[in-house]
Amino acid sequence: MMETSSAEGAAGTRSSGILVRRACARDLQDVIALDEAVTGLAKPEYWRDAFERYGERRLQERFFLVAVVGEAAEGERIVGFTIGEIRAWEFGSEPCGWVFALSVLSGTRLRGVGTVLFEALADEFVRAGVNTLRTMVARDNFLHMTFFRSEGMMAGPYLQLEKRLDQP
Amino acid sequence: MKLQIASQLAIFAILELAAAPEKQLSVVEISERFGVSPHHLAKVMHTLGRASFVRAVRGVGGGYQFSGNARRMTLLDIVQLFEDIADRGGRDGLGEGTKAGQALGQVLDEIDDIARATLGSITVATMLSLVRRQQDSAVPLSDEVAANA
Repeated sequence: MMETSSAEGAAGTRSSGILVRRACARDLQDVIALDEAVTGLAKPEYWRDAFERYGERRLQERFFLVAVVGEAAEGERIVGFTIGEIRAWEFGSEPCGWVFALSVLSGTRLRGVGTVLFEALADEFVRAGVNTLRTMVARDNFLHMTFFRSEGMMAGPYLQLEKRLDQP
Repeated sequence: MKLQIASQLAIFAILELAAAPEKQLSVVEISERFGVSPHHLAKVMHTLGRASFVRAVRGVGGGYQFSGNARRMTLLDIVQLFEDIADRGGRDGLGEGTKAGQALGQVLDEIDDIARATLGSITVATMLSLVRRQQDSAVPLSDEVAANA
C-alpha cells in the first residue's frame, strides 16, 4: 500500500520500505554511480546537465525522482531513479508525460523498485493534469519493454521513424 | 496480423491455467470455455506439455496445470511452438534477387520485427492483467443482451 504525499516535498512517497522523493544535489554522485553500474558507462557531465534541467528548473512539469531505502540518519541508499517531463504539442500531441529514464540498481531488481518509481512519476503527471504517459524503448530491449508492458503500457498512436544520413 | 488457430488456442489455454495455477483443468473444460474442438485442443496441449509449459496430471479429476513462470513466459515463447513468426508468408521466393524483392523484404522485415518485439515483451502475467482490465470494463452480459433486445 502506498503512502502518498507530493514527491515535490522532502517527505516524498513511501511504499514497501522504498521512499520516492525529488532528487537533490547530494544524490547526483549516487545517480552517476548507479547509471555506470547499470550501463557500464560513466556519464557524469550528462547527469549533471540532466539534474540542472529536470531537478532544478520548471519543477511543475519536470520530475527527477529517486528511490531510496533506509533512513537519512542511518545512511539512506539510492536504489533507482526516474526522470519525466510533461511535453505538449510536439508532433501534434496533446500534453502528455514522457518517461525519459528509469533505472534500478541490478542487485535490487524484482523487489518492486521500478514499479514504485513508475507509479510515483505517473502520480506526479496526474497531479499536474495530464492523463497519458509515454516512453520510447529499443525494440530489442526486452527487459525494458517487458517492464513497461507489465505496468500496463501499450503501443501508442505514434510510430518512431528514422533515417541513416551516412548512407545513400 | 493473425495468429494460427493452434497459437491462439495455446494462448487461451495457458491464460486459463495460469490464472489459477493451483488448479487443474481438463481439455474438455478448456475447450468448452472457448467453444473449440477438444480434439484440436488436445494436440495443442500435448505440444505445450512437451515444452514444459503445462503439466499433465493423471488420475481422477486429472487434467493440465500451468508449470511455467508467468512473469517470464512471453506470448512469443508460446507462439513459436506452433509457427515461425518471422515467416509470415509473402516470401515465396518471388522476386528473390531483384531490387524490388529486396525492398519488399525490407518492409516485411520491419513488420516482423515489430510483431516479434510486441509478442516477446508481453508476458503471461501482463496478459492476465489485460484480461482482468477487459473484465472490469466489460459490459455485463445481461446489460448487453438488454441493449440489443
